[in-house]
Amino acid sequence: MSERKQRTPMVPFPSDAIIPERDLGTRPVLDARHLGVEFGGLKAVDDFNLIIGRTEIAGLIGPNGAGKTTIFNLITKVYSPTTGTILIDGKDTANMNTIQVNKAGIARTFQNIRLFGKMSVEDNVKIGLHNKMKYSMATGILRLPAYWKTEKLMHEKALELLSIFDMQDMAGAIAGSLPYGAQRRLEIVRALATGPKLLLLDEPAAGMNPAETSELMENILKIRDTFQIAVMLIEHDMHLVMGICEGIAVLNYGSIIAKGTPEQIQSNPAVIEAYLGKRKEGDA
Amino acid sequence: MKKKTSKEFINNAVTYLLVIAAFLIVNTMKEAGMLTRSLTGQLIPICAYIVMAISLNLVVGISGELSLGHAGFMSVGAFTGAVVTASMAAAIPDPTVRMIMAMIIGGIAAGIMGVIVGVPVLRLQGDYLAIVTLAFGEIIRNVINCLYVSMDEGRLFISFNDPSLPGKLLINGPQGALGISKISTFVMGFALIIFTLIVVLNLMNSRNGRAMMALRDNRIAAESVGIGVTKYKLMAFVTASVLAGMAGVLYAMNYSTITAGKFKFDTSILVLVFVVLGGIGNIRGSIIAAAILTILPELLRSFNDYRMLVYAIVLILVMLATNNEHLKQWGSAFKRRLFSRHKAMKGGAEE
Repeated sequence: MSERKQRTPMVPFPSDAIIPERDLGTRPVLDARHLGVEFGGLKAVDDFNLIIGRTEIAGLIGPNGAGKTTIFNLITKVYSPTTGTILIDGKDTANMNTIQVNKAGIARTFQNIRLFGKMSVEDNVKIGLHNKMKYSMATGILRLPAYWKTEKLMHEKALELLSIFDMQDMAGAIAGSLPYGAQRRLEIVRALATGPKLLLLDEPAAGMNPAETSELMENILKIRDTFQIAVMLIEHDMHLVMGICEGIAVLNYGSIIAKGTPEQIQSNPAVIEAYLGKRKEGDA
Repeated sequence: MKKKTSKEFINNAVTYLLVIAAFLIVNTMKEAGMLTRSLTGQLIPICAYIVMAISLNLVVGISGELSLGHAGFMSVGAFTGAVVTASMAAAIPDPTVRMIMAMIIGGIAAGIMGVIVGVPVLRLQGDYLAIVTLAFGEIIRNVINCLYVSMDEGRLFISFNDPSLPGKLLINGPQGALGISKISTFVMGFALIIFTLIVVLNLMNSRNGRAMMALRDNRIAAESVGIGVTKYKLMAFVTASVLAGMAGVLYAMNYSTITAGKFKFDTSILVLVFVVLGGIGNIRGSIIAAAILTILPELLRSFNDYRMLVYAIVLILVMLATNNEHLKQWGSAFKRRLFSRHKAMKGGAEE
């Protein structure tokens, strides 16, 4: 442990990082430094620094086109960063691909839902469990006892995970036929099934009504408390962001313009200007 | 949840029963001498084409990659099988055992080819696999066209473009494999179909099959949950190659001579037609399509010159029918009715 301490500093870096008190003194689950990416000369993200504590719920907000989803794509190695480093739980991801990043402990959902539409809800979750519960190809073809045992465990685990969102009754349905909100929830369940340390949610409340959003907020907190994992979310619904996020980073034109607690962000004039527009006289 | 498992079970059971029933009926008719000679001659090719169609469906339907060189793997199996059966004729006198040996070795040879073609190509995205497999099919045909294999005192000699080998020629360049002992039987064909069904259906409904289908449905999402593309695409591709090789052995051992020209691009496309007409990803459909479309040209012999014209028209009609919305709705409504009755029966039994 002491060796690890030296390699991954406990003192949050950069100094303006905001981490909940309970996570201080532990290794951060995500540590991104000086992250930048260029697409043909265009700097989509520039000098992005962020540290996320082990059980933190962090928010990433910003106007459309600010580069929020690009950050997710950089963390999950869909794109390779042009500059900077990303440490997941202390491990450098420089030579990892998307698959290895997932195995290292990061799972995500997508802004435009990406489910396995022709497969059942349960199978979608089972694919999330793919690397957790294994048996060989021969075992599968010959239907050896290990096949039945593992499949039974997978079935039970899938239903258990689906029950977080009360979706166990939909297990047999085709994923593509689910209502929009349920598809979003299924994506979260599938990501959770991979056993992540950090869950990245890309606009989880998009298309949900206020009642569904409130339920989602409770569920995100429940997931964090049950699995003791960190959650980072991109969201435009300020009610959700301000309601559950402990630390918020605001992105504009690929750079962080503010970091802080919800209270600090709400009263930050730079944020208000960039994100909500300039405040006019008479506006509440 | 039970519902889905049992539905899958019923679906598979229907496929197996269909194959077994068809075999029993046809075999009885054959024994009773009710089949014409030309039809009897078609039985083993039908079995081989069914295996080809099922295995290609694993690549096209389950793993979602287009392969246009499936006949290439069939020919690798066919010629390997021809050499194996000829060279082992003395060592293994029992034809059934020799046939099984030939199928195993032919399958392995085709599988190795599958790895060689698949490893570099499956890393690419898009239609590259289609193009490379197309090229592979043509290359393998040309290689076999100038391949000479002979056996002398228990030793095998191989050369390219040089027929002056010692001993008896087993593969004679463009003339193909000669003097094959016709040891394929209809029962073996049936056994190979059942074997293929077990491999493909069990693979489909296992952890690895799910990973293949996940990659087919949404590659980015599959990668995000830690499923690697190359491994599972290769698994499907090589499994299909092995099965195609085995089908090739079955096919070759039905004739006394076999040439590389039998496994041309046309054959690959023909197998693809079986898969597309039977329904991509639908194993039972592949079986039915392969069987009917292999017999059809024989049945149409009375049309003489117009045979291929009628064949084409039948293909177009089937294609139109399977894409007809009204027919589809009617079919799904029928299925639902059947299924609800089944459920009601089950519910009644439970009470």
